[in-house]
Amino acid sequence: MRHLLRRLAFYLVALWAAVTLNFLIPRLAPGNPAQAMLFRLKGKASPQAIHAINILLGINTHDSLLAQYGQYLNNLLHGNLGVSITYLPTPVSQVIAQDLPWTLVLVGVTLVISFVVGTLLGALVAWRHGSKLDTILPPVFTFLSAIPYFWLALIFLYFFAFYYNWFPTYGGYDADTTVPGWSPDFLLSALQHAILPAITIIIGSIAGWILGMRNTMITTLSEDYVLMAEAKGLPERRIMLTYAARNAILPNITSFALSLGFVVSGALLTEIVFSYPGIGFALLQAVDNLDYPLMEGIFLLIVVAVLVANFLADLAYVVLDPRVRHERG
Amino acid sequence: MAVMEQPTPAVAGTLAGSARGIWRFVLANRKVTIGLAIIGFFVLLALLGPVIVHQDPAALSEDLLQPPSSAHWLGTTPSGQDVFAQVVVGARISILMGFIVGAVTTIISVVVGLVSGYLGGAIDELFSLVTNVFLVLPTLPLAIVLAAYIKYKGPLTIGIVLAVTGWSWGARVIRSQTLSMRNREFVAAARARGESTFRIVFFEIFPNEIALVAAELLGTVIYCILAEAGLEYLGFGDPNTVSWGTMFYFAQNGDALLLGAWWWFLPPGICIALLGAALALVNFGIDEIANPRLRREPRQKRSLLKAALGVPQTPQKTQEEAA
Repeated sequence: MRHLLRRLAFYLVALWAAVTLNFLIPRLAPGNPAQAMLFRLKGKASPQAIHAINILLGINTHDSLLAQYGQYLNNLLHGNLGVSITYLPTPVSQVIAQDLPWTLVLVGVTLVISFVVGTLLGALVAWRHGSKLDTILPPVFTFLSAIPYFWLALIFLYFFAFYYNWFPTYGGYDADTTVPGWSPDFLLSALQHAILPAITIIIGSIAGWILGMRNTMITTLSEDYVLMAEAKGLPERRIMLTYAARNAILPNITSFALSLGFVVSGALLTEIVFSYPGIGFALLQAVDNLDYPLMEGIFLLIVVAVLVANFLADLAYVVLDPRVRHERG
Repeated sequence: MAVMEQPTPAVAGTLAGSARGIWRFVLANRKVTIGLAIIGFFVLLALLGPVIVHQDPAALSEDLLQPPSSAHWLGTTPSGQDVFAQVVVGARISILMGFIVGAVTTIISVVVGLVSGYLGGAIDELFSLVTNVFLVLPTLPLAIVLAAYIKYKGPLTIGIVLAVTGWSWGARVIRSQTLSMRNREFVAAARARGESTFRIVFFEIFPNEIALVAAELLGTVIYCILAEAGLEYLGFGDPNTVSWGTMFYFAQNGDALLLGAWWWFLPPGICIALLGAALALVNFGIDEIANPRLRREPRQKRSLLKAALGVPQTPQKTQEEAA
C-alpha cells in the first residue's frame, strides 16, 4: 500500500511538471509566436475568447509570472482549456471530445490484437528456440520495427488505396453518404476506413510484443520447474503455456498497461497519413494553424493518459507478482 | 532496447581493447557483422556522397516526374530534381544528425546516470525524480509541441528537441547499473587509495559499463533517426536542406501519392529501415554476447546433451550448461 501511495505521489509530481511545462513553453519561446497568431484573430473572436487565450498563453498581460501561473492553474482546475483557433469559437475540450473516440477505438482495438497475437507468437518462437521459425522471424521483425511507421502507412495508402482502390484514401467515414450514429451504413463505412490504418499499426507494433515475449520466455525455459515439468512427462502444450509462458508474460503485461497510455498518442503520424479524424490529425492541424490552445490541450490529455496507464501498470504488477507485494508491502 | 544486468568483464575488455580485439568482436557474432557492414555502407555513402553524385540534389531540370530510368536511377520529382542524388546527399544530414544527436543524448544520460547512481542521497533523489518525470512524459507529442514554438526550423531545433526528449531511459538504465557497481571491491579499493570521486566515477566505473553504454547509444541513434524523419515529415525540418525526412515532407505536400510517384517516397524509407535494422541487429548481437542464454547453441552439442540426459524434448533447458 505504501508503495502504491508513493507511486501516486510521483505521478502527481509528474502531472504538475507537465502542466508547468505547458505553462512555461509558450512564455519562454523566443519571438513570441503566439502574439503573431493573435493578430489574425482580431475581429473574428469575441473579447472573452481572446481574453481566455491571453491567459492561456501569457500574452498582452502585465501580471507577474506567478499571478499568471495562478490564473492558469485555476482555469485548468475548472476544466477550461481555452478556445480552439482552428474551430473558432468551439472550446478546446469540445474539439478533443469529438476526436477522441476515433483514436480510442482505432488504437485500442489494434493494441489488443497486436498484444494477443504478438505474445502468443513470441511464446511459440521461444518454445521452438533454435528452429527455422526462430531463425527467420526475429530478423524479419527487427527489420519491421526499424521502419518509420508513417512511411509504412504511406506505402499501404499508395498501393491499397490509390493504386488498387481497395480502400478509401482518407477520412474516418464516408461523409457524403453517411452520418455519424449507430446506423449500420455508418458503422460499415467507418470499419472500411479503419482497416488500412489498423493493419499498419499492427505491423508496426507487433514486433515489440514478439521479441519481448521471446527473450523473457527463453530465460524462463531454462528454469528448474520447466525441466521438472518435462521430466514428469507433462504434455508439451501444457508446459509451454502454463509453466513457461505464464511466468514469462509479466513484462509483457506491464508493457500492455503502459501502452494503454499511448492509445491516445501512439498513432499520431499514422492518423496524419490517413487523414483519420482522431487526436493525431487534430494535433497536426493545430500545429499547421498555429492553434496553440488546441496543441496544449491535446498534450495535456496525452500526459494524463500516460500517467494513468503507468499507475495501472504499477497496480498490475502488485496484483500479479507476489514478490513485489512482499518486498515493499 | 537492450537491458543487460551484468556485462561480463570479457565484453568490456573486448570492446575497450586493441584494434585486433575490436575486429574479433565484430566477427564473433553474425548479427554484429551484418549490422556493422550495413552501417559502414551508409556511413561511406554519407562521407563519399558528393564524390559519387556530381548532381546538385536541388537542381531543377526538364525531366519532370520521370519514373526510374538509366538517366535518373530513382526517377525525378515534379520539379525535375533527381531522386537518387537527393537520397545520396540526404544520407549525410540524416546519418550525421542521428549519430551526433544520439551521441550527445547518450552522454547526457551517462553523466546523469553515473553521478546519480554513485553519489546517492539527495542528488540521486533529485536526479531520479527528474529522470522519471521525463520518462513518463510522452516524447513525440512533447517534441511536436516544443518544435511548434521554436520559430527557427532546422537541424538545431530538431537536435535540441530530440536530446531533451530522449535522454531519460538511458539515464535510468545506467543509474541502476552504477548502483550495483558502487559497492564492488574494485570501487572500494579505489576509494581506499584516496582517488577523487571524478576519477572513480569516470575512470573506474564507467569503463565497466561500456557494453551497456554502447547498447544505449545504438538504441538512441535509432530513436533519433526515426524521430528526426518523423519531425521533418511534419514540416519541422529546414526546407532548404535535403535529408530523408524533408524528402518525405516534399513528397507528401507534392501529392506524390496522387501522382503515383512511388519512387519519390519509397527510397528514403527503405534507407531508414535498413539503417535502423542494422543498428538493432548490432544491439541484439551485443545482447547475445553479454547474455549467453539468448545465444543459439550448435545443434550437435544439443543432440549430445539430449542423449546424455535421456529426455526427448529438451532443447531449451540445457542452454546454460552448453553456453
